[in-house]
Amino acid sequence: MSPVKSIVCVKPVPDPRHWSELALDPVTKTLRREGIPSVLNPLDKHALEEALRIKERFGGIVTAISMAPLTATDSLREAIAIGADDAVLLSDRSFAGADTLATSYALAAAIKKLGEFDLILCGNQSLDGGTGQVGPEIAEFLGVPHVTYARKIQILERGIVRVERALEYGYMVIEGRMPLVLSVVKEINVPRYVSLMRISEAMQAEVRVWTSRDLDIDSSRIGLSGSPTQVADLFLPVMERRGEMLSGAPDTASKLLVQRLRELGVL
Amino acid sequence: MTVSMEMLGCGRKIADKLNTDLAAVLLGHDVEHLAGELVAYGADKVYLADNKLLTFYHSEAYAAIISDLARKKRPEIFLLGSTSTGRDLAPRLAAKLCTGLTADCVGLDVNEKGQLLQVVPAFGGNVMATVVCPKHRPQMATVRPGVMIPPTIVEGRRGEVLKIPVDLKQEDLNIKILDIVTEEPRAAPIDTADVVIAGGWGVGSIDNWRLVEELARSIGAAVGATRPPVDEKWASEDQLIGQSGKTVRPRLYIGIAISGAMQHLVGIQDSRVIVAINKDPNAPIFKAADFGIVADFRDVVPTLVEQITKLRSTKDSFATGT
Repeated sequence: MSPVKSIVCVKPVPDPRHWSELALDPVTKTLRREGIPSVLNPLDKHALEEALRIKERFGGIVTAISMAPLTATDSLREAIAIGADDAVLLSDRSFAGADTLATSYALAAAIKKLGEFDLILCGNQSLDGGTGQVGPEIAEFLGVPHVTYARKIQILERGIVRVERALEYGYMVIEGRMPLVLSVVKEINVPRYVSLMRISEAMQAEVRVWTSRDLDIDSSRIGLSGSPTQVADLFLPVMERRGEMLSGAPDTASKLLVQRLRELGVL
Repeated sequence: MTVSMEMLGCGRKIADKLNTDLAAVLLGHDVEHLAGELVAYGADKVYLADNKLLTFYHSEAYAAIISDLARKKRPEIFLLGSTSTGRDLAPRLAAKLCTGLTADCVGLDVNEKGQLLQVVPAFGGNVMATVVCPKHRPQMATVRPGVMIPPTIVEGRRGEVLKIPVDLKQEDLNIKILDIVTEEPRAAPIDTADVVIAGGWGVGSIDNWRLVEELARSIGAAVGATRPPVDEKWASEDQLIGQSGKTVRPRLYIGIAISGAMQHLVGIQDSRVIVAINKDPNAPIFKAADFGIVADFRDVVPTLVEQITKLRSTKDSFATGT
């Protein structure tokens, strides 16, 4: 069987352990993200793992790609440490503020520049935005089919890929012909462990950085101005409840609770 | 179909505000009988595409037919449920139609300009955003099941069913569906339960999880969970409550050893009464609860089970929740 050329889309996301530190600037209505470290989106690690397993079986090449600020070179070096053969970072002020459509448009243009591919693998959704939209949108811009919720991938003869796609209660088995875009869920594999030493060695690895001028694109379709959706407002959610604390020994507190709930007619 | 009903309810309110029609799009095989239900739930028109190849959700086929329809009919707004199907189909459509799409909205309304206001939680719900799509059409949004309230049926409501010709053959499609395997859910559905008991990371072990299940059994409640118990396999994925799981609105919710991260709270905020049991007095959930008990759940839950069991065995009238 022929070697498989894979491209893995990765996204650095703010470390969820620090999310409660995200500050909302009430005046400018923007999110202050300074000082919050980034991690590779967890599902992207599963996507990268799957690409590496495919390469280990059939040969080929694995390229990691991301559209992010320049600090993302670290995340792409981490992808190389994990096993990617090379990495491309799309970074430019004009890409900033992009919604999923503008992001997918830029990534698709970069993928076209990379040349022919067999598979594009992404995590099914990111931790921060969580829309799950970029995979299918990239597929549309590249004119290839896509499959989301991939929990198992098999490469068969003659460029056919068989995928188990997770559903709410069960799964479907799908076949498609490469090239295609696959968005993976965590059940697909267990990402390999990479030592800190390996990661620090990879900090010397070369990451190609492309700006908007390196791509064959319509610049009105990238970044904030290329985004059909705009954030009109940012606000802190408000939750108003009674907040009655019931104290005392466990059985006193539960007696009191049961009494309250009966009074309210919910028990 | 339930999330479709919820979308129709939401769509109907918006269509009324905009003084325009609401259309439903129905794809499948031998599904014409469902069109009447869609009208009863608020659709003025139902666009129906019926073909054997559409029996199960097929991304290529569905996207081709619906994008074609959208280009012809030019809707202002296009809503889909955020299910495995909706989350796959909506972005493909949005890219085909070159328009904006906002996923997992928790609120939808229109402003005085007639623009769709799409409210979404960001960063696990620590912040809420209102998104608009000022220039591109249709304005697309998805909503998770259970977030919107289904409308009441209007019997005898009139609507048109318009059949879309489907000229599709498997040879024209790249993707082939080989099989569908259904797996029965392991636990009682939480979305429709009257009472939900949820456990969090603080429950600590699968052995301790029994206490959560015991409390649920004593009330006749469904069992829900936050992400860590699902990852630990004390509970299954369909028991996950929160931003990336289910939204529940029971009359009573009891959170056991749950800290109250925003991504969970957004899934329970419409519960009539919220109770929290946690040994950490600073747990954020206490600010979002009606009643709180600061204690180790292993001390409190057994006494609670005892009280409730005693209650149920008396002759008091007692509403059970399932």
